[in-house]
Amino acid sequence: MSALAHVGGTSGTTGAGPAGDAPPQERAGRRWLPYLLLLPGGLWLLVFFVVPLLQLFTVSIQSQFPGYPGYYYRDVNFSNYLRALTDFAPQFGRSLLFAALATFFAFALAYPLAYAMAFKAGRWRNIMLIAVIAPFFTSFILRTVAWRQILADDGPVASTLNALHLLPGGRITETAAAVVAGLTYNFLPFMVLPIYASLERADARVIEAGGDLYANGFTTFRTVTLPMSMPGVIAGTLLTFIPAAGDYVNAELLGSDGDKMVGNVIDSQFFRVLGGFPTAAALSFTLMALILAMVFVYIRRFGTEELL
Amino acid sequence: MATNSGFREATGDLRLESVTKAFGDFRAVDDLDLVVPRGSFFALLGPSGCGKTTTLRMVAGLEQPTSGRILIGDTDLTGSRPYERPVNTVFQSYALFPHLTIRDNVAFGPKRRGQKDAMERAEETLRLVEVDHLAARKPAQLSGGQQQRVALARALVNRPEVLLLDEPLGALDLKLRRQLQVELKRIQTEVGLTFIHVTHDQEEAMTMADTVAVMNHGRIEQMGAPADLYDLPRTTFVANFVGRSNLGTGRVVDRDGDHLVAEIQGTKVKVPLARAGVTDGEVTFGVRPEKVRVLRQPPETGGDDVKGIVLDVSFTGVATEYLVRLPSGAVWSCYEQNLDVDPIDLHRGDDVWISWNPAHAFTVPVDEAAAKAAAEATA
Repeated sequence: MSALAHVGGTSGTTGAGPAGDAPPQERAGRRWLPYLLLLPGGLWLLVFFVVPLLQLFTVSIQSQFPGYPGYYYRDVNFSNYLRALTDFAPQFGRSLLFAALATFFAFALAYPLAYAMAFKAGRWRNIMLIAVIAPFFTSFILRTVAWRQILADDGPVASTLNALHLLPGGRITETAAAVVAGLTYNFLPFMVLPIYASLERADARVIEAGGDLYANGFTTFRTVTLPMSMPGVIAGTLLTFIPAAGDYVNAELLGSDGDKMVGNVIDSQFFRVLGGFPTAAALSFTLMALILAMVFVYIRRFGTEELL
Repeated sequence: MATNSGFREATGDLRLESVTKAFGDFRAVDDLDLVVPRGSFFALLGPSGCGKTTTLRMVAGLEQPTSGRILIGDTDLTGSRPYERPVNTVFQSYALFPHLTIRDNVAFGPKRRGQKDAMERAEETLRLVEVDHLAARKPAQLSGGQQQRVALARALVNRPEVLLLDEPLGALDLKLRRQLQVELKRIQTEVGLTFIHVTHDQEEAMTMADTVAVMNHGRIEQMGAPADLYDLPRTTFVANFVGRSNLGTGRVVDRDGDHLVAEIQGTKVKVPLARAGVTDGEVTFGVRPEKVRVLRQPPETGGDDVKGIVLDVSFTGVATEYLVRLPSGAVWSCYEQNLDVDPIDLHRGDDVWISWNPAHAFTVPVDEAAAKAAAEATA
């Protein structure tokens, strides 16, 4: 650009005029374009997210019709929330604990895998990527049922461990460990892919620069590679923690009655308890608020500009 | 942080002894011997793929030579890791740490070496390259030229024995490049470190470096001061890559005192023996375009001349370039400075005589591959 301006000084200044203040008609038309592009998605969200959410909220503050189980009337009754928090506090605690553990284990498994895929895999990279994504071709429930069989009392894992006297409780299924393992397995790809993407995007020269500036392999990893992959780590932990906290399939299929999570309570209040609708709605809202608050604090603490 | 126990202090000239780097069957660097005197501004000049960047990366420790040794002074650095060498690199893409502020980027090296005053050193170096006002920003908030200065500061702050610059100005526009060339030279003089500058831009290499080594196919074709390289190229490749040359191939036919006489495509030309890279048999003869005069009349005295037809005239301001077709079919280029009040006023198709002083002529070995490559590059 500057070279052009040098060659033709006068034509450069006159040329800048029309480009600087574009015709107003065109400007006005362009201004609406972003909103037009937002419209279909916005409408979709309004009809299928905002309206049901408001509906859910009105249900969460309804009251039971006395003497008629399963009937409600419009009300502003926040006692449903109190009940949700007091009666189901253990399930809330378990949800957050299991999700946190699963996120931790998924991170511990995913980071080395993503690192190997990004820097060491060479021609195996695509095959590894496919292996990470392949489970998505099967239903989430089927995969969890498969784990139930793999971990079953007479299955290969439990019987081997039992034969070696390494399984104190005698079984794997119906334990909290099985639920956490199931959650870790099911959400692992959501941890691997963002971390892989951020590592793969990292400029190899920047990592070399760490070595050039007197940092050995481990120091370079700690001070350069890991910080550069933080956007991926944060995205991965959110993508794992949020759905894991609301999950009920793993606790249902792999855990005992004592390992139930909030998701299981909501499920049973909705479908199995007569008159449980307001409680289920209040539970859903409380879970959502809890997760939102935790995510907010998390991003404020570790977040990068890219995410906020 | 603990300092690296493996760090090797070393001072002195940088020496490469028969260094070879092979990637499979391809020899990127082929039996290279090189001495870079301490404190000099040295340029490795060559086209892409000539091995100059591989040479640089071997000095940095980012690649290990297949064979040969790399030394600074008497300290053998071969096989040591990049973080163990008193060598720092200014990367082509700057490679700044995106998650750190400019200040922390520059303080990175001193901190790793456990220097307590890392921050002060960083500030001081940022002042040297005149971007200290940007210290609190992140790299993404800086322009290309500013990032370039930070990359330089990040390497300079360590006061390395050898500072490597890998096409440092390649991504900048022409005006900024000129400005930074002058500044790089000033900084090098000020700090007195050995700078090794890799570039494919011959003008950049000649502007800044004390010594230029022209590389091609993993070897050094010719090495010397920029003026010497330009004045007397020793190979066809250098004649074409460093500036331009009018070349013609023929054979040596006679001697005339301290001159060699060669017949080049039907024209007899003279070359001082001292400037003759080849003294018998087949030769490639050459003259630089600005050493050739274009005349309307046959010249009266001295020099060599040949008649031709003007093919093209391009006015460039300070000079005019004429393309002249010689009877042999060769096309020569001639630069005439626009000094005269009355311009020569030549047009396409005019008959002209071109003439030059034999003291400017040179001969180099015949190299058809290099000549062909150069012809393709200009076509």
